[in-house]
Amino acid sequence: MSVPAELRYTKDHEWVRPDGPRALVGITDYAQSALGDIVFVEPPKVGADVSRGLEVTTVESVKAASPIYAPVSGKIVEANGALDATPELINQRPYEAFIFVVEMSEPKELDELLSPERYEQLIAPRQ
Amino acid sequence: MRRTPLYEAYRDSPGVRMTEFGGWQMPLCFESGIIAEHLAVREGAGLFDVSHMGELWFEGAGSLELLDWLVTNDVRGMEVCQALYSPMCAEDGGTIDDLVVYRLDREKFLVVVNAARTAIDFAWMSRENPWIGSSGSPPRVSDRSEAIALLALQGPSAAGLLQPLVDVNLAALGRFRFAAGATVVGKRALVSRTGYTGEDGFELFVDRADARAVWEGLLRSEAGATPCGLGARDTLRIEARLPLYGQELSEEISPLEAGLKAFVKLDKPDFCGKQALARERERGSRRALRGFQMVDRGVARHGHRVSRAGRVIGEVTSGTKSPSLGAFIGLALLEAGSAGIGDEVTVSTAPEKRARIVPTPFYRRIGGER
Repeated sequence: MSVPAELRYTKDHEWVRPDGPRALVGITDYAQSALGDIVFVEPPKVGADVSRGLEVTTVESVKAASPIYAPVSGKIVEANGALDATPELINQRPYEAFIFVVEMSEPKELDELLSPERYEQLIAPRQ
Repeated sequence: MRRTPLYEAYRDSPGVRMTEFGGWQMPLCFESGIIAEHLAVREGAGLFDVSHMGELWFEGAGSLELLDWLVTNDVRGMEVCQALYSPMCAEDGGTIDDLVVYRLDREKFLVVVNAARTAIDFAWMSRENPWIGSSGSPPRVSDRSEAIALLALQGPSAAGLLQPLVDVNLAALGRFRFAAGATVVGKRALVSRTGYTGEDGFELFVDRADARAVWEGLLRSEAGATPCGLGARDTLRIEARLPLYGQELSEEISPLEAGLKAFVKLDKPDFCGKQALARERERGSRRALRGFQMVDRGVARHGHRVSRAGRVIGEVTSGTKSPSLGAFIGLALLEAGSAGIGDEVTVSTAPEKRARIVPTPFYRRIGGER
């Protein structure tokens, strides 16, 4: 399972790519693999204010619906329109296929996200 | 959690994802994923482990009479080496299970039932039904589910793939016919031209001890079947509008409501539930199973409410994205007369979405049913 070093992670298997005042959010390679074929992403509401931990949208695989939470607080300023027609991009390139972009109101929250090392520990198979 | 005799054969295969189904640990899908497995069955051949299904045997004088009384379809009209799909109802017309009857001999039948219903069916069929009590020497009913493994090879290439590995002429084996004393990769088998995918295909009943050899033999064969899990089995059967017990059928749902009128023979002299079902037929069913297609993109799921003009008219029984059609589809049990083909309804996905009632099945294989 790939866990890029330049990203931050959550216990809910989301990745966060800080980009100045904004942050791109998607789901990890581990998450897409566990979900299987993704067939639909509910488009997040652009302009909505979200606080950390709040459910933003849902990703649907063939078998199940999975909630996606805001890893940081702020305003949703962009949704990845490419996922409307091709949600399988998340399976194919999980770290490029962001789901939404947050303009952060509390950038300090980034420090509380998991480092790649911590996230790798989280998904490591238990011996 | 129970495991089939094939668990050991695939537990370590790369990318296999396991799931719980009716108390059994079963593969949800293999490495290629549900959509690829689904399409393999529509375009080539897929191999499923369905050994969790129950196998009940009816033997001896009275078998025919008992079985014909227990199920709603016409067992008396069956030929030896013929298979027959049928609901089995309670006196009130609710569905105890849906099953397939195989006539092995004049007074000898194999009945294949849903995994999670096996114990309930066996108790009902062998002891608890009133017919048994009224009969002097009832036939022997036995549960041999443990001893038998069941593999399903499904898809347009299934016959071509299987033929070199069996000692029966598959071209002569019609749909819903079977060969009892056959061999598959040298192992004793009952080879049946049946399935649950809407495609041509076969179901292979083998001894538990031979399951792995047959599974591996079919995967190794030149044409190469794709191993498939329960995920693809579900999307395939939804497209073909085949009911799943617990969703489209239950003790609270009659086969008439589920659209299975063709399998309820009200002209039979008597069968369990006949009175209730005849009354339902006469007065009209309270609910009807309908197909729908989402107008707004999104996946409807079992239990979502369906409304029309602001009024709840029923519930989604099954929903998915159809890999064959690329559309979001589903089945719903709706108040009779509340919505017809072409009508728009609302599904309680979050947020709510529009759907349209459409004809079913969603998918019909080229050439149709034989």
